[in-house]
Amino acid sequence: MSSRRTRSRHSGSSRVTDDQINELVSKLQQLLPEMHSRRSDKRSAAKVLQETCNYIRSLHREVDDLSERLSELLENTDTTQAALIRNLLMQ
Amino acid sequence: MTDHKNHQIPTAKPSSIKTRFAIKFLRAMNKLNNKNKNNKNTMSEKHKRFLAIRAAAHASMASAVGPRRAWSRAVLRKIPNQQKQLHYSLMNKQRTRRRNIRRNRILLITRGNPNRENYDHEENEDEDEEEEDLRELVPGGKEMDFCRLLNETAHYIKCLRTQVQVMTNILHHSSPSNILYK
Repeated sequence: MSSRRTRSRHSGSSRVTDDQINELVSKLQQLLPEMHSRRSDKRSAAKVLQETCNYIRSLHREVDDLSERLSELLENTDTTQAALIRNLLMQ
Repeated sequence: MTDHKNHQIPTAKPSSIKTRFAIKFLRAMNKLNNKNKNNKNTMSEKHKRFLAIRAAAHASMASAVGPRRAWSRAVLRKIPNQQKQLHYSLMNKQRTRRRNIRRNRILLITRGNPNRENYDHEENEDEDEEEEDLRELVPGGKEMDFCRLLNETAHYIKCLRTQVQVMTNILHHSSPSNILYK
C-alpha cells in the first residue's frame, strides 16, 4: 500500500495531490450555508461532503416546491407572455 | 445583455448563465402553457404539469450551461432532442476523455486506485459513504473521479442556486396582483 508521500512524489498531470483535494473541499465548504461561525480547515472532508449532500437535497426540494407553485400559476392564469417580457427586462 | 453566447469563457459569468436559463425556462413554460389550453385539472394532469415544469427547469439550466461541464452533459444526454447538439460538441472532449480513462486504467493496474488513497484509511471509510451519496446527487457523478466530482459539485450548486433565484423571481413577478397591467 503506497503512502501519501510516495503518491505525491510520483504525481503527474492526472494525479491529484492532497493539497488539491483539500483546496477543492474547502472551496465546497465556502459554498455551504454556514450554520456555525467556525471555519476550520480541520473540518473533516466527510463532514463537508455530508453537508454538501444535504444542501443539494434542500436545493432540489426548493426547485420542486417552486415547480409546484409555478404549475399552479400556469393553471390559474394566462400569465406567461407577460411574465416573459417582464423578466427579460428585469435581467 | 452584453454577453455573447459564443465568447469562449472557461468559467462562465453567473449573470449570463442566469439570463440564458431564464429565457429558456420561460420559453419552456410558455410552450407548456399553450399545450395545456384544454386542461382538465385532474390530479394526474396537475402532477404531469408539475413534472414537466421541473424537468424543464433542470433541462433549461443544463442547456444554459452547455456541454462544458460534465454534470450538464449528463443531464442533456437524457433529453432526446438535445442529443444531436451534444454529439458535435463532445467529439473533442471524448478524445481527451478516452485518453485519460486509458491512463487511469493503467494506473489502477500498476498502483491501485489513484484517487482513493489520499487520506488515511480511517477517514477513508467515513468519506466513502458520503462520496457515494454525492455521486448520486450530482448528475454524472458516478463516472467522475473524486477530484472532478468536487469541482463539478461546486459548479452544480452555484447553478442550482441561480435556478432557485430565477424561478422565485418569475413566481413573484407573475403573481396575480401583477398581472392586472396586461
